[in-house]
Amino acid sequence: MQFSALLRQTPEWMQTSGPHRDIVITSRIRLARNLVDVPFPGWAKKEQRSALMAELQPQVASLPEMEDAFVEDMANLSQIEKQVLVEKHLISREQAAKSNGSAAVINKAQTISIMINEEDHLRMQSICSGLDLQTAFAALDRVDNELSEKVPFAYDAQLGFLTACPTNLGTGMRASAMLHLPGLVLSESMAQVNSAVQKIGLAVRGLYGEGTEALANLFQISNQHTLGDSEATLIARLEKVIEQIISHERNARTKLLQEQPTKVSDHVGRAYAILRYAHILESKEALTHLSMLRLGSDLGLVPHDYGKMLDSVLVDIQPAHLQIASKKRLNSTERDILRAQMLREKLQSLPEPKLV
Amino acid sequence: MQCDVCQDKAATVFLSQILKGEVHKVNLCQACAKAQNVTDPTGFALAEMLWGMGSHESLAQPKEKSCPACGLPHHVFRKSGRLGCSHCYQIFADNVGNLLKTMHKGTQHTGKKPFGWQPTVPPPLIPEIPAASVKTDFASNINQLLEALHLAVAKEQYEEAARLRDEISRMETAATKLTA
Repeated sequence: MQFSALLRQTPEWMQTSGPHRDIVITSRIRLARNLVDVPFPGWAKKEQRSALMAELQPQVASLPEMEDAFVEDMANLSQIEKQVLVEKHLISREQAAKSNGSAAVINKAQTISIMINEEDHLRMQSICSGLDLQTAFAALDRVDNELSEKVPFAYDAQLGFLTACPTNLGTGMRASAMLHLPGLVLSESMAQVNSAVQKIGLAVRGLYGEGTEALANLFQISNQHTLGDSEATLIARLEKVIEQIISHERNARTKLLQEQPTKVSDHVGRAYAILRYAHILESKEALTHLSMLRLGSDLGLVPHDYGKMLDSVLVDIQPAHLQIASKKRLNSTERDILRAQMLREKLQSLPEPKLV
Repeated sequence: MQCDVCQDKAATVFLSQILKGEVHKVNLCQACAKAQNVTDPTGFALAEMLWGMGSHESLAQPKEKSCPACGLPHHVFRKSGRLGCSHCYQIFADNVGNLLKTMHKGTQHTGKKPFGWQPTVPPPLIPEIPAASVKTDFASNINQLLEALHLAVAKEQYEEAARLRDEISRMETAATKLTA
């Protein structure tokens, strides 16, 4: 599959509606794997990395799940194309910084992506819509099993799967969910949730993972520990915590509607006005308002069928997506103008929000 | 009290860390504390600093360890926190073992195994003692130590607890090596 075809294809998770889809946008599982007797990518020599990629890439691409997949060396992708894949959460920022000797293999539905020679020889990811970590794991588990029949994975009875960084030992699994939590942010309870979640050994991160800002009231919650518990235990614990956060978010929304209806109307109304009529919009401002419109759609102030459209717009207005769409490099002012224009067009038919 | 690093300004930051059952103490002034990044909650910076200041760890090993399989020298692992290849985990087992307790919930993998993986059985180190009984002895010793550990924690004797914890992990590693 060509890069242009990948761009045209809507990811499967955007078309389907998993459990709690209003609050949990996606569930993701990542597995880290390495081959025995080959140095990890960070320490391997250039020739060793290239040789390993030459061996692994056809093996990965020939998996049944990867029929008609997008298979590309990082060296053959432009800076903007790599950034587009990051914005779609299909490769990591670390992988986007790589070139010769690293590759990405992404299935047609964009539900499974496999990075070759990132921090580990293999970083495999599966994405599902809503809160559905088990389905995401099951899909990736199959891929993992198929690959482990083809190539010998580095594994130790005590330490589990051996990874470049000891923080990923054991299962090599990071399970995470992307949550939209405007209710908890508006009611100023997010700091509490944050510290409670960290206390039980889970991590809260921003939109693009480690060290990134929580834009659009989107938060990623994931397991920190990978060694000691089985995959099923780690997933069950994370799901339980996320279900609790979901119920806190729902309560916060109900409370906001009851106690501060005007504040809610104001946030949604302002978001509508700015996104429909602004001519220069920075990414952060646009994301904040999109989050409020999405909340409006969840609360029934904006027609429900706009909810999913807002999720795809959220990706389309990211810097690299804008530049790919306009087929040229844009400076940040040009991007802000194009972003506003795109939003005006997309939201043209959106009716005025109802009052609470 | 003077700062241990610059030996000049007055120390205002006092750190102690237990490494392998020994208490290491460092006193720092504000500037050196900032320069050494001791506010880093992961504590790696402190560990590195203690090594760097010539504690027993580095004195005992004048020749630097490196992995015979991939050539990764110990200082590169210490600096980056990343291993060079799967064999490094055997070579730097002690260093990794210390890190694991702060990083993870347990030190024994309980999740899935690769397809068709079989444990390889090395010849027992002491042939006359069957592996099974070695394991039982270890298990009962470890259980005793675990009890002592819980007791020490309950009594808030943390230095003793740390010593026991290290002892248990040393025995567990030995047990897996013997019976794996």
